Amino acid sequence: MRVTGKGLINRDKQISFSFDGKSYNGFEGDTIASALLANDVRLMARSFKYHRPRGPLTAGSEEPNALMTLHSGARQTPNVRATAQEIFSGLEVRSQNNWPNLERDVMSVNDMFSNFLSAGFYYKTFMWPRAFWEKLYEPIIRRAAGLGALSGLHDEDMNEKAYAFCDVLVIGSGPAGLMAALTAARSGADVILAEDDSRFGGRLLSEVEDVDGKPGHLWVDDVIAELSAMDNVRLMKRTSIVGAYDQGTYGAVERVSGHLRGAHADAPLEVFWRISAKQSVLAAGALERPVAFPMNDRPGIMTASAVRSYLNRWGVAPGKRVAVFGNNDDAHRTARDLAAAGVEVAALIDSRPDSGPSGDFPILTGAEVIDTKGRLGLKQITVRTNAGMQTISADCLAMSGGWNPSVHLTCHMNGRPVWDDKLLSFVPKDGAIPGMTVAGAAQGVMSTAGALQSGLEAAKTALAAVDAKVADVTAPQAEDAAYNIAPLWQVSGKGRAWLDFQNDVTTKDVKQAAAENYQSVEHMKRYTTQGMATDQGKNSNVGALAVLADATGRGIPETGTTTFRPPFTPVAMATLGAGARGAGFAPQRFITSHDMTVKAGAPMIEAGLWYRPSYYPEKGELTWRESTDREVNMVRNHVGITDVSTLGKIDVQGPDAGAFLDFVYTNMFSTLKVGRVRYGLMLREDGFVMDDGTTARLGENHYVMTTTTAGAGEVMKHLEFVHQCLVPDMDVQFISVTEQWAQFAVAGPKSRVLLNRILDSEIDNDSWPFMACGDVSMGGVQGRLFRISFSGEHAYEVAIPSRYGEALYAALLEEAKALDGGSYGMEALNVLRIEKGFITHSEIHGRINAFDIGMERMISAKKDCIGKTSAARPGQVAQDRDRLVGLKPVTPSQKLMAGAHFYNVGAEATRENDQGYITSVCYSPTMKSYLALGFVKNGPNRMGEKIRMVDALRGVETLCEICHPVFMDQEGEKTRG
Amino acid sequence: MRLTCPLCGERDRREFYYKGDAIALNRPAPDAGTDAWDDYLYLRDNPAGVTKDLWQHELGCSAWIVVERNTVTHEVLSTALASDVKKATK
Amino acid sequence: MRFSAWQVLKNGLTGNKGWTPHWRSPEPKKEYDIIIIGGGGHGLSTAYHLAAVYGNANVAVLEKGYIGGGNVGRNTTIVRANYFLDGNSQFYSHSLKLWEKMEGDLNFNAMHSQRGIINLFHSDGQRDAAARRGNMMISQGDDAILLDREGVREQVPFLDFEQTRFPIYGGLYHKRGGTARHDAVAWGYARGADQRGVDIIQNCEVTGIDIENGAVTGVQTTKGPIKAKKVGMVAAGRSGQVAAMAGMRLPIESNILQAFVTEGLKPCLDHVVTYGMGHFYISQSDKGGLVFGGDLDFYASYASRGNLSTAEHVIEAGMALMPMIGKAKMLRSWGGIMDMTPDGSPIIDKTDIDGLYVDCGWNYGGFKAVPASGDCFAHLLATGRPHDVAKKFRLDRFRTGVDILDEEGKGSQHNLH
Repeated sequence: MRVTGKGLINRDKQISFSFDGKSYNGFEGDTIASALLANDVRLMARSFKYHRPRGPLTAGSEEPNALMTLHSGARQTPNVRATAQEIFSGLEVRSQNNWPNLERDVMSVNDMFSNFLSAGFYYKTFMWPRAFWEKLYEPIIRRAAGLGALSGLHDEDMNEKAYAFCDVLVIGSGPAGLMAALTAARSGADVILAEDDSRFGGRLLSEVEDVDGKPGHLWVDDVIAELSAMDNVRLMKRTSIVGAYDQGTYGAVERVSGHLRGAHADAPLEVFWRISAKQSVLAAGALERPVAFPMNDRPGIMTASAVRSYLNRWGVAPGKRVAVFGNNDDAHRTARDLAAAGVEVAALIDSRPDSGPSGDFPILTGAEVIDTKGRLGLKQITVRTNAGMQTISADCLAMSGGWNPSVHLTCHMNGRPVWDDKLLSFVPKDGAIPGMTVAGAAQGVMSTAGALQSGLEAAKTALAAVDAKVADVTAPQAEDAAYNIAPLWQVSGKGRAWLDFQNDVTTKDVKQAAAENYQSVEHMKRYTTQGMATDQGKNSNVGALAVLADATGRGIPETGTTTFRPPFTPVAMATLGAGARGAGFAPQRFITSHDMTVKAGAPMIEAGLWYRPSYYPEKGELTWRESTDREVNMVRNHVGITDVSTLGKIDVQGPDAGAFLDFVYTNMFSTLKVGRVRYGLMLREDGFVMDDGTTARLGENHYVMTTTTAGAGEVMKHLEFVHQCLVPDMDVQFISVTEQWAQFAVAGPKSRVLLNRILDSEIDNDSWPFMACGDVSMGGVQGRLFRISFSGEHAYEVAIPSRYGEALYAALLEEAKALDGGSYGMEALNVLRIEKGFITHSEIHGRINAFDIGMERMISAKKDCIGKTSAARPGQVAQDRDRLVGLKPVTPSQKLMAGAHFYNVGAEATRENDQGYITSVCYSPTMKSYLALGFVKNGPNRMGEKIRMVDALRGVETLCEICHPVFMDQEGEKTRG
Repeated sequence: MRLTCPLCGERDRREFYYKGDAIALNRPAPDAGTDAWDDYLYLRDNPAGVTKDLWQHELGCSAWIVVERNTVTHEVLSTALASDVKKATK
Repeated sequence: MRFSAWQVLKNGLTGNKGWTPHWRSPEPKKEYDIIIIGGGGHGLSTAYHLAAVYGNANVAVLEKGYIGGGNVGRNTTIVRANYFLDGNSQFYSHSLKLWEKMEGDLNFNAMHSQRGIINLFHSDGQRDAAARRGNMMISQGDDAILLDREGVREQVPFLDFEQTRFPIYGGLYHKRGGTARHDAVAWGYARGADQRGVDIIQNCEVTGIDIENGAVTGVQTTKGPIKAKKVGMVAAGRSGQVAAMAGMRLPIESNILQAFVTEGLKPCLDHVVTYGMGHFYISQSDKGGLVFGGDLDFYASYASRGNLSTAEHVIEAGMALMPMIGKAKMLRSWGGIMDMTPDGSPIIDKTDIDGLYVDCGWNYGGFKAVPASGDCFAHLLATGRPHDVAKKFRLDRFRTGVDILDEEGKGSQHNLH
């Protein structure tokens, strides 16, 4: 029911929205909860376990009950807090976790069986028969559990990430936060003021009290007006600081457009901020806690502060006849506010024997609420007083069990809060977050005047830490009442008393956990699920702790607390993962011939971050194999070109370049002649192969190293490590030039013919023998030519600055075609290299050493190198290690399968009999047979032996012969030709 | 988390690569023996407290950095160029 | 008390007042045959197996905090037997078989759910590696199916098959893989061990290991000295500190692994799915929360809390793979301390000190190993000989270079596994 003359909503702007298909009106500034309450809707949700009817417990983001689903289709958003979501025109809201509807929820039958569903019941049953768990019990439990539902569709809404830096981050904009921000801002510091709510002001928006001689919310307006005019201040409302991390890093979620009409085309739904703050002031206030009295969970029962918020901020009376129950003076304040606004106060029930301030309503002291009635909403309460029992009719009960400072962020770096006996609550541990000062109610300072002063002091602390001069600021006049509270943790009685409202954890569950020796607070939590709901125990942990302490005969500080972990409030996955959908997940790297290749119809495949052509289909070719076979034959008989720019290229220069390469490679490079290329094997320090490739010596002090595509980053990092950390005295420098050079392989018997049509001056076998390298000129552009081969053919790699890459590729392709050649892709490249027994990272997969691939002799005996000592460990040179071999099917047409394992003929295909595995397979059009590279125990000593290949996964079994890994031209005549 | 690169200043954790204990600087001689190599490559003090470890400003200047750090609180006590540290120990 | 539906019914009818402690809280005796340092999953499982299988109940488990407070209570609960190196394969196969009978043995429902795991692959090379793994699983006697892209789509149609940066080529489907209720595993073993006479002593920190003439004689604790013939160190996350009390250095670096859970949701994910191009794995708990994790934080730490950039990175991978989780809200994150070894495989072995044994180095795969680790460590403690399936988990394998079990092929850098 709306109360005339109250509230900060804009009554000139009416907004219509729907809840469960029914249309309602509210005003600009309303949340779903305030608007529904204004329409006398109290029933908003069902609880998790017992499906109990529930209305809002709070008026903020800590809400455990009133969770709803917004929108439909791909925008469907479950578990939205009705108490924090602002309404907008056309908003579609549905209740969740009920069937067929909110009023009549079939699953509420659980409530009748609650005795059999007590804490941990599921650990004790559902065990027989074993197979029924996955088939019967678990599906039923899963369907019953959960709250809202995802749509199952891709989330298409836009979200963003952003970064900010400041001197002082102020978290919360109540009196303490505003005062801190004002002080820091006037002192010239860079300030970010972050407020979770849609409006700055904190409790000042919800209380009837003056600050600086004017209503609190008007003082807020003045401060915000001043701050927004300052260049050094960034005001961020609808922004939750969700995590405190090392070195002043804070995670924050800004809700940008969800309060308008969902995501705008031009605005992100939310932005995830990473804020780096030199100092911070935590002024997050405090949360009021409920009281665990019997049947305290009905719609209409809420915290007293929520009642005041609905009344004073939103102009809504949450009931026509409101009772108030509490153990502190805020109960009285609530009753006074209600009475002043013309709302009937049924009774003020104060658990303390001595009455606090009185008002124009019945006051029962030393009294407790011990029962309530009303199936879908509160109708009546039963109160126990010294004089006996009495029932009071009421449709709303405001309860106050005292306040818990919002210590959450201070726990994010393992700081356990400290129990305060006077406040009856936990307060932050000093210095829990380096660089953070806590102020106001978050620190346990409960009066407005105290909060203002504490905010000011906190700002001074922060300013001193960033060496800023403090401006002369004084705190304004405000309310300064003492906080009087007496312990009231649970009220005995017949019914269940809820602690965790959403998860349906009652005081009985906590007591049962204690009886079953789940007495550690963590055990109790995990056994009962107390505090594991979407509010993470914000409303219930302290109360549950007190009940556990009582049940185990320990004090609260002894019992300890569970901890709060990030995020402070739940954060959408799409927000934390913003930008990563689709192609956004990782950068894309393109070869210079990319566009031409795509135009030629070649399917592109991912190679790390790169895209490389798989094969080049020609007319009439129906399968990739047809194209690949043709490309292989083309290279073997004519000439082929392929873009190899993805290989890592590292320029190495300096007087010690040769010595340095000797240290990182197993073999010698200082002895390499200028103008020559050498294959190099690089080990990790643990003796296993890291990478391989060729390195060319372009000058006395100048080498260019080639790495594999996959290994480029790791090798670069490794070189930097070896240089800076092991041999910093060596005068050598290196830089990655992978992006600077486009490089193409030109392979096949006609490769030189083709090149000579491109090069400005011709080459021959004498001027450019196998493994020669040097500068060349093409159309007046200086490039490099390397006579190296990954195909076993007479071949070259030609490099040119990247900006000429596409032009060179086009020229090479045109000339190739004229010679019956053309482009070949990765598939053909793979066939060519397998036929020739060249390894890739399929073979050097990290568990392979030089001995395993038959390259132990490449570890030079003349010098030390990285990995040499480790490679000599006894286990690393054992004959029966899995070692590289070639494999061919005894019947050439029989398939070989990568990933298949080997067993001796006649042996069962079990792990114990395993003889090795296949790493690379191809069909060789050259040999007219499947070929494979693989590893076989003691392989090199088993040449010619027959062995069984078994691919149990795909049902293929082939008898193979172990052979030399080089299938063709073992003498390398073609390469040198 | 933020680390201070001696060359570039304070930067976000995402720019850095972590390798492990700064023992990596103390590569034994090839003939130092099995124990020395086992100590160097595999065994770790792994203290719960102050340690020195090795990071690289990978997405920055490529400098390898010795970071003195508390593994329990994540407090960063100092950073230095690994090459300087290595040269100083010679 | 034997748990059953009948017990739940009976107690429900009598106000749930008849439940009794699941384990005792005894004071330590002066001496035990065997002391287990560490009341986590592995320690409790070891104690249970000592008492239930190897006939030695004169055992104490010493826990410095509360039992199950370490990684067994902070993980993503995945249970699988899909390793491919000889040495690991048989061990995890054994473990999965123990999982399959655990609840019956313990009379405690750990909600072990064999819902199936799908490891996705995104290139031909990854497919080959998956095939090699799957074939090993089958030869070990476990189950594996190689799914192509359409096969994956049938199982998990909501993945991004169309636009994602690294297309889904297929997946290795391990039907007997799944999840379990992690805390219940610790509690179930604790209850089972306690029922068989093991003393579980919480809030009892070991402050020293007594060694005389090269042999262990007992431990010093915050509850006083306790003598023992044998001592087993099973303190993952603190292995190095415990071993240091015996003057040992271990091949371990402690790193943080974060895990995350969303708010409860109606069933939307029936498998465990892992992404092959970003480190990301996810399942849905029986309570409805999406439980997921990814990379390590990648630096030595004992802080049990994570770094923001890692959290973002993990969730970015999740959004790339399955954008349908975008509207789910991450509720909680936590960090566990992982014993990272230089090959990613564990250690179950005797030490150079007589009577002192160590079970450590579980990297971030320790949860699924809880039953077999307990069985094998109990075997070693009871008989002095390694269990057949755990023979290769030797402490000295790095020194000798024999049987280094590097499934990832990443080498001696501890945090890369």
